[in-house]
Amino acid sequence: MATVIEPTIFELSSPGRRGVKMPASDVPTTALPPKELLRSELPLPELAEVDVVRHYMKLSSFNYSVDSGFYPLGSCTMKYNPKINEDTCRYPGFLFTHPLQPIETVQGNLALMYEMQEWLMEISGFAGVTLQPAAGAHGEFTGVLMMAAYHKLRGDTKRTKMLIPDAAHGTNPASVGMLGMSVVTIPSDSRGNVDLKALEAACDDTVVGMMLTNPNTLGMFDENIEKVVNMVKDCGGLMYGDGANLNALLGIVRPGDLGFDVMHFNLHKTFAVPHGGGGPGSGPVGVSQRLVDFLPSPLVGIVEEGDEETAPLYGFVTPKNSIGRMKAFHGHFGGGLVRSYTYIAMHGPDGLKDISQYAVLNANYLQARLRDTYKIPYDRICMHEFVMEGRFEGSDIRALDISKRLMDYNFHPPTNYFPLIVHEALMIEPTETENKDTLDRFADALIKIAEEAKTQPDLLHNAPSTTKFGRMDEVKAARELVLCCWLPEGYDLS
Amino acid sequence: MNTPSNLKYTKSDEWFDPATGAVGISDYAQSQLSDIVFVEILVDEGEEVTAGKAIASVESVKASSEIYAPAAGKVSAVNKGLSDAPETLNSDPFGAAWMIKIEGGSAGEVMDAAEYEKYCEGRSH
Repeated sequence: MATVIEPTIFELSSPGRRGVKMPASDVPTTALPPKELLRSELPLPELAEVDVVRHYMKLSSFNYSVDSGFYPLGSCTMKYNPKINEDTCRYPGFLFTHPLQPIETVQGNLALMYEMQEWLMEISGFAGVTLQPAAGAHGEFTGVLMMAAYHKLRGDTKRTKMLIPDAAHGTNPASVGMLGMSVVTIPSDSRGNVDLKALEAACDDTVVGMMLTNPNTLGMFDENIEKVVNMVKDCGGLMYGDGANLNALLGIVRPGDLGFDVMHFNLHKTFAVPHGGGGPGSGPVGVSQRLVDFLPSPLVGIVEEGDEETAPLYGFVTPKNSIGRMKAFHGHFGGGLVRSYTYIAMHGPDGLKDISQYAVLNANYLQARLRDTYKIPYDRICMHEFVMEGRFEGSDIRALDISKRLMDYNFHPPTNYFPLIVHEALMIEPTETENKDTLDRFADALIKIAEEAKTQPDLLHNAPSTTKFGRMDEVKAARELVLCCWLPEGYDLS
Repeated sequence: MNTPSNLKYTKSDEWFDPATGAVGISDYAQSQLSDIVFVEILVDEGEEVTAGKAIASVESVKASSEIYAPAAGKVSAVNKGLSDAPETLNSDPFGAAWMIKIEGGSAGEVMDAAEYEKYCEGRSH
């Protein structure tokens, strides 16, 4: 099949074409900044509106998205995002407000944020919630800042170590590194749980706490979770929960009840904010009673109680030992909070529980169908995802080949090569939104690909062959970091 | 898998040459990482390192990982050209892709080639 290449918008540009005519300026002109701060030219493309529309329409048809097919990208929770969320976040009352408006004029927004805080507290079992963090890793950073502030206020300054299992998301050690703390890696045991012996050896009075994802990235619920929490608390540490995998727990287990002190939510995973392509995320953080006074400010609170006839007045409050602001304004309001609020409201308590039960059921169904074909190194009842090995005895086929071949069957590949503790990892998270027919088609494709690996391995080595573009040269892309379409002034390629 | 018998190996897949003090990553490590696209040496000549200290960071298309000093001592040389040719780590891990040399090095916890081969074998399953 011939490769269809769409030129870049700069290559489509032709001098003199234009899409809009700018009106004459109706404000007084002001002096330009000093010359040193100005660039000598700004090579913007010149096109008519129709050329721009066709270019981007064509590019969008190259995309694969949740709206076009199954997207089992492990640990990303690529569920279908209901379209009603798109309606509500565009309500004019939300859309045309500004964060600097007087609070009396944005009571609806504040009421929604207040209720969202309350709902997330109820779902997670925590005593307080901030909606500010921009996304998951920012939420982690916020949480770890609060843990540090807690120890500091108590004068407990020896604590500099964070315990992080080897199955953790890479953002955990990164967030800890941002604060200058050191990371102690805790291995997993043969059942995919935290290795208790290693944990015991690491627990001492220099431990800030532990960052644990439960279920972890193997899709395993830690069978010793209460012991793990107690061991960390007994040495004076705090428990951080990475909420990336909360989709397995809604209405069933509350991290606050398990003894966690702090956890971030990924609204863009669990609560159906569309993600991919870089955003937007939304990473609220919930905390236990021990940490409520450290929450970022401001939080939304009731500043004047209402009664039967008048609604309460919502406004902003500052916790006593607040770590301060984590973001200008109040978090990702429309794109994150309004969509997730809608999603939670549409499901209600029983519906949320259904989400997790179906997510777990779907993952276990796929695991059961693939168990005889692919090696599953931690093979027990999984939660919302599972990890299998993308390699076969006596074959040079790797996980990457299997993933690329899946594209020929019109599926988005699973997460590759993560977690690092599984050889040639393929991490599969179907989510609750897929029906049995889709799951069966996906399992059938993977079983067929395993057969092809034996009989026609070149089909895998050369995959994908039915997509607009063939296999990308990932090595070249990583080694030659030239991304722009024209070279900046003075930039020397050699 | 290539494991030269004159070298010592760590559980985290570094090699150490007791004769020259040279340090690098093993053939097993480079094959597990697959195509290496980035390497950064984190220590300078003259610096004292302890066994287990991070001395380099390596990234492949699959993963990134830290490389740790297999021995304690003074860094007597750094392979400065390596960062411009990270692919050398794949093609010649025991030769041109040495990372640093540690002078007067006392090795930390290391294995000989036979022990290391056994250790890698155990991890492949």
